[in-house]
Amino acid sequence: MEDRQLVYMDHAATTAVDPEIVQAMVPYLHNHFGNPSSIYSIAREAKEAVDSARVKVAAALGAKPDEIFFTSGGTESDNWAIKGVAYANRKRGDHIITSKIEHHAVLHTCQYLEKQGFRVTYLPVDQYGLVDPGELERSITDTTTLVSVMYANNEIGTIEPVKELVSITHEHGAYFHTDAVQAVGHIPVSVDSTGVDLLSLSGHKFNGPKGTGALYIRKGIRIDTILHGGGQERNRRAGTENLAGIVGTGKAIELAMTGIEEKGARIRAMRDRLISGIQGSIPHTRLNGHPSLRLPGNLNISFDFIEGESMLLLLDSFGICASTGSACTSGSLEPSHVLLATGLPAETAHGSLRLTLDVENTDEEVDYVLLTLAKVVGRLREMSPLGKQAT
Amino acid sequence: MYSKTVMDHFMNPRNVGEIENPDGVGEVGNPVCGDIMKIFLTIDDNRITDAKFKTFGCGAAIASSSMATELIKGKSLEEAWEVTNKAVAEALEGLPPIKMHCSVLAEEGIHKAINDYRIRHNLPPWEEKAHAHHDEKEDCGCTTCNTG
Repeated sequence: MEDRQLVYMDHAATTAVDPEIVQAMVPYLHNHFGNPSSIYSIAREAKEAVDSARVKVAAALGAKPDEIFFTSGGTESDNWAIKGVAYANRKRGDHIITSKIEHHAVLHTCQYLEKQGFRVTYLPVDQYGLVDPGELERSITDTTTLVSVMYANNEIGTIEPVKELVSITHEHGAYFHTDAVQAVGHIPVSVDSTGVDLLSLSGHKFNGPKGTGALYIRKGIRIDTILHGGGQERNRRAGTENLAGIVGTGKAIELAMTGIEEKGARIRAMRDRLISGIQGSIPHTRLNGHPSLRLPGNLNISFDFIEGESMLLLLDSFGICASTGSACTSGSLEPSHVLLATGLPAETAHGSLRLTLDVENTDEEVDYVLLTLAKVVGRLREMSPLGKQAT
Repeated sequence: MYSKTVMDHFMNPRNVGEIENPDGVGEVGNPVCGDIMKIFLTIDDNRITDAKFKTFGCGAAIASSSMATELIKGKSLEEAWEVTNKAVAEALEGLPPIKMHCSVLAEEGIHKAINDYRIRHNLPPWEEKAHAHHDEKEDCGCTTCNTG
């Protein structure tokens, strides 16, 4: 462990803010600190910076700038989209449809709305984590006002058939929201080609600062305000703007969109080498998620006979940052609701490992992880009372 | 989140493995909950002369197995029976509340292994008490306690 290096492969959890982005932000913490709502010149500079960031976010999504509303992150965006649409359209209907594999920001919001008297349908997924559009067709009714299905899953990386789901939703006169927190900045996402009405994004998932995000709201959508107060964000989202954070998000999305396909291909190549390397050197594994319809940087594999937290601790001792769907790291009893929804038995879900790569990862790191992982899995399997120890 | 001692016993676990022809074996836990512990004992003249374990579980489960087997080695069966989960947790310099059930598994594993030995020798098994996994005010969230 003398030559311990740090290999960060948990980019779906969060990312580092690029130095270039930090540089863009700093002036707005100090020199251009003005409140965008004030009228003197340093405030005008602040206002212009917010507007310019809004243009960049809009451009990334193929939206109009006045359809972008800055928030404190993915969680707020999801809360706003779901509660805002549910309450604003309550006279029309009290039914919401979502999926079983959503992020807790969506799931727990829907569960809260159930307590408020709304009805929620949680669509199942297949073994790859895909929502079946046929299931949506069967569940949607005249009283459905909102369908919320994520663009891509945070644990297994599965990319959902959003476009198909949107057209079914619109045929029934409901709105479609997508939590695109894991997708934006990593794969091209277009609000027009998919037709989504609302879309959540989070800055720190693409090298922007934490505590920043946005909600895209297509013009004409009926949605209530959730944060009441001042007149910021065109009277839709109160609170003095997180000026430096918004500037950082704008810069981050601009950088993320530059060469997004090429970067994706490079990341995908490293990821695929990791998958085939693991499958080639370690027996008794299972790839979770879809073989091809998945985010370029996501890898999620279950290792039989061992538990995820102990895997993470050992990997950490070798300088590798990863994540797991085991209950033992989440402070709850149940392993990942996403893995269970794909039909994985609980014991297999406990042994899952998620590695999420970004363009800054290297081929050397892939080699190092392959080598280390085989050691770690072998060591834990030797300790395990389960299975025939075919390490 | 783990103490230095927990990390030490996780990174360098003592007594990993199986004993060939053990005098007592105890297996506790459940793969669905994410932990299974198997304790093997060699017993000479009512004294534990060797203890080994195999564990599927988190860092705390592995460290608890390691520490528990250390604590009972050399003890008489009566003394080993009195090694509580609290003693295991204290020897580890504490466990996070949600991980206390790992030390309980260790205590239960030892009890099962000792009773396995007693049954093999036509002795009546000692009573394995259903006990609290931790102080009542703590909520470990495990299935056995089901306080969460």
